Amino acid sequence: MAAVRVEAVLAAAEEQEAEKRRSITVEKELELEYDLGNLLAVDRNPPPAAALRGAGPRREALLRALARDNTQLLVSRLWELPAERAGGAGGPLVAQLPEPTFRLPREKPAPKPRPPTRWEQFARLKGIRRKKKTSLVWDEQAKEWRRRWGYKRAGGDPSRAWLAEVPAGADPEEDQFARLRREKRERVARNELNRLRNLARAHRAGSAVPAAPLHPTGHQDRDELRRVARVARVSTASLGRFQPRLPKEPAEPPSRSGGKKRRFQPLLGNLAAERSRQLELLRDMGSKKPVLDITRAVNKQLRQEEAEAAAANKGKKQSKRGKRGRRQQRPGRSGKKSGARRQPQQQKPAGGGTGGGRRKKA
Amino acid sequence: MDALDRVVKPKTKRAKRFLEKREPKLNENTKNAMLIKGGNANLTVTEVLKDIYAVKKPFAVLYKRKNITRPFEDQTSLEFFSKKSDCSLFLFGSHNKKRPNNLIIGRMFDYHVLDMIELGVEKFVALKDIKNSKCPEGTKPMLIFAGDMFDVNEEYRRLKSLLIDFFRGPTVPNIRLAGLEYVLHFTAVDGKIYMRSYKVLLKKSGCKIPRIELEEMGPSLDLVMRRTHLASDDLYKLSLKQPKGLKPKKKKNISHDALGTTYGRIHMQRQDLSKLQTRKMKGLKKRPAEKSAQDGGATPKKPKSA
Repeated sequence: MAAVRVEAVLAAAEEQEAEKRRSITVEKELELEYDLGNLLAVDRNPPPAAALRGAGPRREALLRALARDNTQLLVSRLWELPAERAGGAGGPLVAQLPEPTFRLPREKPAPKPRPPTRWEQFARLKGIRRKKKTSLVWDEQAKEWRRRWGYKRAGGDPSRAWLAEVPAGADPEEDQFARLRREKRERVARNELNRLRNLARAHRAGSAVPAAPLHPTGHQDRDELRRVARVARVSTASLGRFQPRLPKEPAEPPSRSGGKKRRFQPLLGNLAAERSRQLELLRDMGSKKPVLDITRAVNKQLRQEEAEAAAANKGKKQSKRGKRGRRQQRPGRSGKKSGARRQPQQQKPAGGGTGGGRRKKA
Repeated sequence: MDALDRVVKPKTKRAKRFLEKREPKLNENTKNAMLIKGGNANLTVTEVLKDIYAVKKPFAVLYKRKNITRPFEDQTSLEFFSKKSDCSLFLFGSHNKKRPNNLIIGRMFDYHVLDMIELGVEKFVALKDIKNSKCPEGTKPMLIFAGDMFDVNEEYRRLKSLLIDFFRGPTVPNIRLAGLEYVLHFTAVDGKIYMRSYKVLLKKSGCKIPRIELEEMGPSLDLVMRRTHLASDDLYKLSLKQPKGLKPKKKKNISHDALGTTYGRIHMQRQDLSKLQTRKMKGLKKRPAEKSAQDGGATPKKPKSA
C-alpha cells in the first residue's frame, strides 16, 4: 500500500512539473534561428495566411499570439545564458551576451593606416632608429634635474637670454636678438608647413583622389604638375613623338613599356656590339675572379637588415613597403653594379650564399 | 563639395574630439538615424516619424522642416545631410496621390547611399493612441522576424537586414535580464509586413524561466513594399568587409582536445643530455678514484674524509 502511495505521489509530482513547464514551452514546426548578441530571433515557419487575411481584432489577436510564442522562445534562450549578479549579492541579474553573428554592413570603410611622413621614409631607408631620451636632464647651474624642454627647462629660458654673441662672419651692425627671433619664427613656420603637408598627404592618400583634374593655381604640387604635363605630352596624335620639350624639361627617352619589362636587343643589327658582348661574356665566365663584388653585396645586405630591424622595432607593419621602396631605388643608385648585374641571376645567390656564410663566421 | 573635403585643422580639443568621433574606426559607433519630412508630408507620415524617433531616441535626429527632395531621383541632398550630421541611417516620409503615406528607409556607406527601400503605410496606430504604460526611452528592443518571405525573397532579405540595422541600438556585452521589456515583431504575410511593438511582462512560472505575457504598446504599422534601390553585390560585399584587427587573436601553442583538457606546447633548444641536472642519488656518484682515472690524472683532488 505504501508503495502504491509513493508511486502516486511521484506521479503527481511529475504531473505538476510538466504542468509548470507547459506554461513556458512552445511547439513550433521549424526551430527558430537566434542571434543572441543582437537579441534577434528569426522564425521561418510560414504564418497562417488565411487567418491573417481577415482584418480587425482577430488578426491582432493572432499576431499577438504568434509574437508571444516567439518571444517566449527567445527569452528562454536568453535566460539560459551565463548570468551573474552585478554589484554584489543584491544587484540585478545580468547575462553575458555573445558576439552578434548577423552580418551587418559597416558605416564607414575600415581605417587605413596613415602613410609614413617624409622623415619616416628617410629614417627607414637609412636605418635610423628612435633614441629613447630621458625626460629629465641634469642642469649644472641649478644643480638639479630639470626638464629637457618646456617650463623651467635645463639651460634657462631662451627668451630671457641677455647675451647673444656676434658670430664670426656676421655684420657687426646687425641686431643679433632680432636675428635669433626671426630665425625661430622661420623654423616654427617651416615645421608647421611640413606638418600640414604630411597631413594633407595622409588625407589625400586616405580619400584616394586618383588623377584629379588640375586645381586652380595655388594648389598644384610638383608631382601633380609633372604627371599632368606627361599626360598632356602623350595625348597628341603622334603620341608625343614630335612634341618639342619645354625650356627646363629634362629630355626623357621614350620608354613605351614604362621601364617595366625586360627589353631584348634586336636579332639582326649591330654585329660589332654583339661580338664584343659575347667575348666579354666568355671572358667573365673564364676568369677566376668573381664578377660580384662580395664586400659591396655584404654591406648592402647588412644595411638592408638594419633597416628591416629598424622598421620592425617601430612596431609598424611597413617593412614590406620599405623593401619595395628600396628595391625601386637600387637600379639607379649602384652604378658600379650594373656591369655585374648584366650577368644572369645565377651568380648572385651563390655569391650571396658564400658572402652570408663568411659574415656569420666573422 | 570642396568645402566639405578641405582638411579642417581643429583649433580646440573639443573640435579635435568631434572630428575623431566621426572618422572611420575599427569598432564603429552606434549608427544614428535621421528622420526627414518630404515636401508634402501629411499628418500620418509625420506621426510615424515622431513615433520612430521616440523609439530610437538618443541615436536619432528628427528634422523639423520639410525638405523638398526626391531620394529615388537625386541622392545628393541626403548624402549632404548624412555628412553634416554623421548619420548613416535615414527614414524619409512623404505623401502624394500616386504614393500615399510613403516611407523610404535606407542606409549609407561612407556617406553614400547603399540601400533604399520604399514602403507604404496602410494602417498606423500611434504611441499616444494606445493608452497604457510605455517602457523607458533607450531600451534595447528584442527583434523577431516571422514568415518565410524574409528568407526566400532577396528584397525582403535586404529589408530584414535594414530593419535590424535600424532598430538594433547599441551593441552591449551584458544585459540585465529583468530589463528585457520591449519587443518588435515583424510578420511578412501575403505581400504585407506587419510591424507590432509589445511591452513584455515577465510572469512567474514554476521554473527559472519566466512566462511571457505581451501587452500592445508602441507604434504598429502595416507596410507594403513599393520601390527598391539596392546596392550592387560587390558594393554590398565591400561594406560587409570587416577589418582584420577585429578578429580575435589566436593564442598559439594551445590546443584543446574533445574531453576538455587543454594542452600547451613548449619549444626547447637542443639539450646536452650528459650535462642534465637530475636528482642526486648518492650511490651513483662517481668515486674520486674513478673520476681521476677518467680525467687522466689531471689535478687530482684530495679525497674527502666522509
